[in-house]
Amino acid sequence: MSRVAAFGLVAAVLFALAVDVPAQSGPELRWGGDSEGGAPFVEADPQNPAKLVGFDVEIAALLARELGRVPRFVQVSFTTLEASAARGDFDIGLSGIEDTPARRARLAVTVPYYEFREVLTVREADRGRFRSLADLRGRRVATLGATLAYDILVAAQGEHGVIPVTYEDDVHPYSDLALGRVDAVVLDEVLAARGVRRNPGLVNQDARIGVGHYVGVLAAGQEGLRDRINDILKQAMRDGRLEAIFRRWNMWNEDQPRLYARVLSGAEELVPAAGVTTPGAWEATRRYLPTLVQAAVVTLVLSCAAMALAVALGVLIASGRVYGARPLQVALTGYVEVMRGTPLLLQLLVLYFGLASVIQLPAFMAAFLGLGLNYAAYESEIYRGALEAVPQGQLDAARTLGLTDVQTLTLVRGPQAFRLALAPMTNDFVALLKDSSLVSLITVVELTRQTTIFAANIGSWLVPGTLCAALYLAMSLPLARLARRIEKGWRRA
Amino acid sequence: MTLQAQGKATLEVRDIAIRRGDRLVLDGLRFSATRGELLALMGDSGTGKTSVLRAIAGLDPIAAGEIHVGGVRLVPGRIPRGACARELHRSVGIVFQFHHLFAHKTAVENVWLAPVHVLRQPRPAAERRARELLEALGVAGRSSALPHELSGGEAQRVAIARALAVEPPVLLMDEPTASLDPARRSDLAATLRRLAADGRTIVLATHDAEFVRACDCRTITLGVL
Repeated sequence: MSRVAAFGLVAAVLFALAVDVPAQSGPELRWGGDSEGGAPFVEADPQNPAKLVGFDVEIAALLARELGRVPRFVQVSFTTLEASAARGDFDIGLSGIEDTPARRARLAVTVPYYEFREVLTVREADRGRFRSLADLRGRRVATLGATLAYDILVAAQGEHGVIPVTYEDDVHPYSDLALGRVDAVVLDEVLAARGVRRNPGLVNQDARIGVGHYVGVLAAGQEGLRDRINDILKQAMRDGRLEAIFRRWNMWNEDQPRLYARVLSGAEELVPAAGVTTPGAWEATRRYLPTLVQAAVVTLVLSCAAMALAVALGVLIASGRVYGARPLQVALTGYVEVMRGTPLLLQLLVLYFGLASVIQLPAFMAAFLGLGLNYAAYESEIYRGALEAVPQGQLDAARTLGLTDVQTLTLVRGPQAFRLALAPMTNDFVALLKDSSLVSLITVVELTRQTTIFAANIGSWLVPGTLCAALYLAMSLPLARLARRIEKGWRRA
Repeated sequence: MTLQAQGKATLEVRDIAIRRGDRLVLDGLRFSATRGELLALMGDSGTGKTSVLRAIAGLDPIAAGEIHVGGVRLVPGRIPRGACARELHRSVGIVFQFHHLFAHKTAVENVWLAPVHVLRQPRPAAERRARELLEALGVAGRSSALPHELSGGEAQRVAIARALAVEPPVLLMDEPTASLDPARRSDLAATLRRLAADGRTIVLATHDAEFVRACDCRTITLGVL
């Protein structure tokens, strides 16, 4: 459950520095989690940022103590926790990880240690009319990608006609709900409680949408360690140590004793991987290709539109820098340097979330503007260089023939500059096609995002990743070929 | 430069000075050319022959003196703009030493571009006239070639056709024989004499004395300052 991923790297470095050095010596229990998830899962202690706090932190400490090891935190992005567990990057993953059949099929999963309900959150004013998912036909409903809540929304899309909108963090679904960009949020009760606390004007509905469990995940083959951890968890359920942890974090409720009773009676361990298998390559392709193709269309349309904007603006900026008065040149140079010198990701976040209190751009519009405005800076530099590469002698000749400056630009300088610019422009378009994956952070589900969701759903990157790469190539290769043909044609002409 | 209508199509250069950066290239140059006259500016390299042509064509400013050409007056200051520039460029054509043909246009397109876009002639008529000019200069067979496919001599004749297509009363030519073999030189001399006989004023910058004799030019020799 990551917050804004842009800050992930900084957080990861800080926490790596903070927690990599164990206070005690001895064998380690490396446990993976995402500190961007924040309280009550894992977060930096506000009093002492070098220290981690959260119920998952306490459970990891409990497990380590019983195993005779020293806990060591390994920062992993929430969306890649499962893949990291499979790789063996840590001994156990604990970060509000949901129990799913796919996880059980691919990993060694512990017994459930917490039961949560999926909660529908709406604006106070809509409390009466949006009581359940059935009331949200044609409405945008936000959630985190690759979660049980997402699966519930996809099912509700078919059943009730709701429109799922996926986020990569659990903060912005609620802030966007408050702003009116979406009409409801479905997430687990822990996140929903935090979302409502932070956004006055939101309420959680009582509708029963679904129930899930948090588990720990270990690499396949680690069943021995998993079983020892299960014994420790069960013992902690019996002796009240787990209850104490959840009470400290205000998470204890009447659902937990019932869960513990089921676990201790052995029932939960009987939820097997049997009958749930990762689909074969052909089946996965058949199942996911149509949706991936749709997402590829979003990528292509967005990239083409953004490139058109970038080219148009780039031509204007380049012309202004070559022909404009000094103040205009300075202003345009400033624009180019700012847009090139700051991350595109940051620009997208500012456009969509940062300006939300001033202007609420629809996600696709913000993505189009963000990519277009950023790439315009790069395009303008290509055109400026190309314009300046046309020999001065030809410009003198145009002037002595009586062509105006505008005619010289459109008839002599521009066409030659365009030929020089074509190859770098093609290069930029291919780069933009790939950079467009960043817009998933502002809720546009394009090809890479859809691939991530599928990979998380089936617990494997192989088929979704291959399909995704094939689709990107199918979009970029014809373009590169077309550009080469045009260039060849010009050389022959 | 400020420009004023003068009402005559001949060329008059009065005591001009030209600077290139801090260096004074020439000073106190004075000459005039009448309608139908062929005039050659001669002198060693660096004496400012090309600079004089560029100043008359309105490409570079003069530092002192004034130039009267095609009904406009050029004085020290900025190069002409707007209506004055249009008036000047309708009166004065120039053929550069290195031709400066538009690299993305074929030979015939180079020639009809200005008539169509500056003089607003219909494209078919302009193209027909362009082909006639190329024919007259002996390069009709290269009409569809791009500049980089032309020899030096061919490119130069296309550049002459391009300058003539807008029918300027004054034609300036910078080192016109630089890319020509002897046979082509005598052809060009004949062409220039014919153009002058038609009433065009032609000013050459050259150090080819033999060509000057063949053209039967009046000469002005520039010296190093």
